[in-house]
Parts: sequence; C-alpha cells; structure tokens
Amino acid sequence: MSALVVEQLLNGLQFGIMLFLLAAGLTLVFGIMGVINLAHGSLFMVGAYAAALVAQASGHWWLGLLAGLAAAAATGMVVEVAVLRRLYARDHLDQVLATFGLILFFNQGITMLFGRQPLLVQLPPGFAGSIEIMPGLPYPSFRLLIIAVGLLVALGLYWLIQHTRIGMLVRAGATHRDMVRALGVDIRALYTVVFGLGALLAGLAGVMAGPVSNVQVGMGEQILILTFVVVVIGGIGSVRGALFGALLVGVTQTLLSGFVPGWLRQVMAGSEADALGAALSSMGVYVLMAVVLLVKPRGLFPAHA
Amino acid sequence: MHIQRRFLMAGLGLAPLAAPSFAQGAPLKIGMITTLSGPGGYIGQDIRDGFQIAIDQEQGRLGGQAVQVLVEDDGFRPPQGKAVAERFLRNERIKLFTGVIFSNILGAVAPDVLDGDAIYVSPNAGPSNFAGRECHRNYFVVSWQNDSLHESAGELANRLGYRRMFILAPNYQAGRDALAGFRRLYKGEVVQEIFTRLDQTDYAAELAQIRAARPDAVFQFHPGGLGIAFLRQYAQAGLLASIPQVMPAPSMDAGTLAAVGDAAEGVNLSSHWNSDFANPASLAFVAAFRAKHNRMPTYYAQQSYDTARAIGAALRQTRGSIEANPFRTAMLRADFASTRGNFRFNTNQHPIQDWFSLKVERVNGQLAIVTKDKILENHADVFAAQCRI
Repeated sequence: MSALVVEQLLNGLQFGIMLFLLAAGLTLVFGIMGVINLAHGSLFMVGAYAAALVAQASGHWWLGLLAGLAAAAATGMVVEVAVLRRLYARDHLDQVLATFGLILFFNQGITMLFGRQPLLVQLPPGFAGSIEIMPGLPYPSFRLLIIAVGLLVALGLYWLIQHTRIGMLVRAGATHRDMVRALGVDIRALYTVVFGLGALLAGLAGVMAGPVSNVQVGMGEQILILTFVVVVIGGIGSVRGALFGALLVGVTQTLLSGFVPGWLRQVMAGSEADALGAALSSMGVYVLMAVVLLVKPRGLFPAHA
Repeated sequence: MHIQRRFLMAGLGLAPLAAPSFAQGAPLKIGMITTLSGPGGYIGQDIRDGFQIAIDQEQGRLGGQAVQVLVEDDGFRPPQGKAVAERFLRNERIKLFTGVIFSNILGAVAPDVLDGDAIYVSPNAGPSNFAGRECHRNYFVVSWQNDSLHESAGELANRLGYRRMFILAPNYQAGRDALAGFRRLYKGEVVQEIFTRLDQTDYAAELAQIRAARPDAVFQFHPGGLGIAFLRQYAQAGLLASIPQVMPAPSMDAGTLAAVGDAAEGVNLSSHWNSDFANPASLAFVAAFRAKHNRMPTYYAQQSYDTARAIGAALRQTRGSIEANPFRTAMLRADFASTRGNFRFNTNQHPIQDWFSLKVERVNGQLAIVTKDKILENHADVFAAQCRI
C-alpha cells in the first residue's frame, strides 16, 4: 500500500511539473504584458512537433530537444512581434479573440504541413526503461527525467528572476509596468524576450510530453485549461505561484483519481463508486480553485501585491 | 498488380454505360458531419477518405446516382455538430446524413436530423439508446452497435483464459457502453473498473492502480489519441511485459499503431474487420485506399466505405430517390458485398455480423495487426428487442 502512495505522489509531482512548465510562461506573459495568450498551447504543440520530426529524421532525441526549444522560442517571438504587439493597448476580449485565432491558424497549419496522423516519438536512449526506486516499485526513468528537468527549470527561473538584471526588469514590469516604461527601459525588447522565454518553456513542456502522451494536432488545448487553473490558483504573474499551484493541482488530481474510487468502493456498490469517483476526481481541481479563490481571491502568491 | 488495377478501372469505367442512366438533374447532396480537428482528427480524415473511395469507384456516383458530399468539421464538440446539422438541413436542404464519429456528438446531431425528416446512416458511433427504445426508422448503423465492440472483447478475454480483469474507459456515453458491454459476455471477475476523463493526457494514476491490483489482463477502451497516450505510458511503466491487454478495435488502429510502435506488440484486439481480410470487396478497398492515400486504411475508413456502399446499394434500387419508405426498404436489404463478409441489418437497423480476434505481431520485422480466429458469429446487439419500428 505504501508503495502505491509513493508512486501516486511521484505521479502527481511529475504531472505538476509538466503543468508548471506551461504555467510559468503563461503567467509571466500575463503578469508582465497583460496579455491573455490562449495560443500558449500551440507553442507547446510546435515544440513537440519540431522535436518529434527532427528526432525522427536525425535519429537523435537530444537534437530533437534542441530543435523543439528553438522552434517554440522562435515561433513565440515571431508571434509577439507580428501579432501581439498590436494588442497590448486593446482590452482582453480582443486579445482572447486574436490568440484564439492563432490556435486555429496553428492547428490548420500543422494539419496542412504534417497531416492529421499522430507522430511516433521514441524515448531518449538511456531513459527507455524503469528504475526500481523502492522494492517492488519500478518507476519509468523518463518520468524521473521530467521531474528533474522541471525542478532545474524552477531553480533556473528563480535565479533568473531574483538575481539578474532581466529578472529585475521582469519583476518591476509585473508590479509597476508604467513606471518601468517611464524610466526609459526598452519595454518592447523586454516583452519580446519574456514572450520568447514563455514560449521556450511551453516548447520544453511539449518536448517532454511528446514521448509520454501523443504528438497530434490540438494536443495543446487539452492541457491548456488545467494550466489556466494553475495560473489562477498560483496568482497571476507569479512564477513561484505557478510552481506551487502546479504541484498542488498535479498532486490533487492524481491522488483524487488514484484513491477516491477505492475509498468509495468500501461504502457503496462497485460501479456506482467508480462513476462517482470519476466525477469527483474530475471536479476536484475546480473545487480546489474555488476554495483558494474564496480564501485568497488573488491566488496564493499574487504578483501585484 | 498495376495491370490488374488498370483493368479494374477500365471495368468500372464501362459500368455507367451499361447501367440505365437515371441520374439526371442535380447531384444528391450528402451531409457528412465528422471530427477533423483535435486529437480525433485523423479518424475524421479516414471517415471522409473511405467514403470517397466508394464514390471514386463509380466516378462520382453511388448506385448510379451522382452525389455531392459536403464535409464539415464538428470540432469534437456536440454543439458545433448540432449547428452544422441545422445549417445543412435548413440552408442546403440535405436529406441524407452520415459521418459522426463520437457518440456524444451523435447524441446532439441525430435528433435534429431525424426531426427534420432526413435520414442518418452511421459509419461509426452506435450508442445503446438509439439501438433500443429510441430507435428510429430513418436511422441506420452500418458499423456496429457500440456494445458489440466490447462484448466481443469480453468473449476474447474468456477465450484467452483471463480470470481477473481490470477494465477502463473514458467517462462518456461510449465509455459507459464499453464497460457494460465488456461485462455482458465476460465470465471472469472484474477486479476494478475505472472511468478516465475524455480530456486526459496522463494515465500514471490509473497505471499505478493496475500494478497494485495485479489482474490477469487489462481491458481498455481509449479511441484515437487517448489510446496512444495510454499505450505509451503502459509500456513505459513496464506493464506490457507482465500484464497483457485486451481491447476493442478503436483502441488500436493503423494510425495508433504507427504512433505507438513497439509499445503495441502483443496486444489482443477484437474487431469486425481488419485490413488483412481476404474477401474480394476488402482486397479491392484496401488496394484502392492505399493507392490513393499511401497509408493503411483504419477500421474507420472501412466502416465509412461500407456505409457509402450500403447507401449506393439502396440508391441503385430506388433509382436515386431518397424518399423515406422506398429508401428504407432498399437499405434494409443491404444488397452489397461488405468488406467484412457476413453483413445484414437487424430489426433495429443495426448490423448482425461476425467478430474476430486480432493480435499485434511482427510480420517480416514490421509490426502489423494480424487476424486470428472468429470469436462471435452472426452477433446481434441486445437492444434490438426493445426497438419497435
């Protein structure tokens, strides 16, 4: 039983890390630039596709990783310069419309270029098997790699934001946007860099998700809704909030779907317990969000405090 | 091979000359509402392309009647499917519909189509409610009733000698039909049942429970992209070697096999058709599909092709008319050579057909889905008894 608990906690941690990679970019972009970017999931997809195609063509997974990161970051910056730059002064509805349009554009573009067939993605060499982390508990080593990469990214972001000049501007931009502009900082370049960084992280999430889930058109939208939940729970604009929000959502979701049906089965008939358990575990995250918003209406770690 | 194809083409080219030319006036419009975007997008593509193969074989006709197929994407969203149906009915005055893949979307589309006095012929979804009490004289299913997919998988699990099964499906109409259907013919013990979410991308929580429950085998129904993610993670978790899987055809088609690769080896499937069937209709279809699209057709393409041929057979008898009564009589005769061999309509206008066991194996080093035995003969669904037409 305890092995199962450990395994489920690891699963929750890994899922949370994946959500964090997506949420960090989304929350940065929203916090600093004030843009609701629905197309964040498309950047996730671009990263996954570039990585899968390059890895397939070259036979090297790590080359695919680099390609995925580069493609997502480049796409992000092009999108910022070409589309989003026109939207900063507009209200959120215009931004939602435009970025929703981008989703359609990217999905159709990928369909036209690479078709609708899901892509085959191999695991990186050395990470195809599992590691016995406890007696009787083998755990896929690629999932451990995801956790390690995610924690490294979290550390890197912490260093970048707390201890570098760019980080200082990012923090300042998140709290007093107009003041930063008034002090003569080239806010346009900063925006492009921040958006590129967010896209890079989304691309990284896409590359890491590729071998685990499926690389397919529309793969970004599936996970985007939970990412928004994470951003709202963590506090909009806060990377720290994104990390804790993501871990909270990941672990809650996993533990609910892992254990609630089992507990219910002890008090009611099997199939009713399973149906109720499924309903409860899919609602759980949203209930969590509602509770967090009741207690802390601006999220756990609000950036604009 | 090439010469044979050209000969076939020549033969088909002559066919319209021999047939009486009753196809005058405007072509008959067929409304195809299917899922072309999102993770189910490749399925809709095969539904569209399979249907078109049958039309190509008659140079733009079905049963001698010129047809025009209008294809629209439902976006994997029931309200959008419903909106397309309304537009097709009102603006295009379409009276013949097909194409829907997912049962929840069909639940939104079919009532509108039938209330509008139009005919619906399903190439895929066959939810239980429309097979029983809510069956309708203008509603036909050429693919299968949903439960049959899973009843056959239950029978397959019996034959493979699995006594304790762990079963999973997404929490929506077809998923609930799946688990109910599996239980209907399965004689062993179901140790645990899990409903996953339809938008789930990570199955780690479920896989941990499977490992803990130590079943003889796992039955899972996860169509399209869901199945790819499930299978990959199943293999990565190291479960493939220790706990075999039994699944219905939609969890593993040519598209998912190509994406999953080695993680699919050894998987057991039950299906009504497979691309290696040796009957002439199936051979001709697979050859035509591969020649045109350069990929293996999935079950979805085959079902859609059979749907087009069933419609064609009916149109040939009614001389291109889709007036409800004569069309229905003609349709129920099912006077076409189905790619699956045995095929006829039951009283609820759903198929009576045979079911087979398949296995993913290496053939000349390449993974392929290979047909094994017939597991159910002339299998009908249990809901027909409740249907009063």
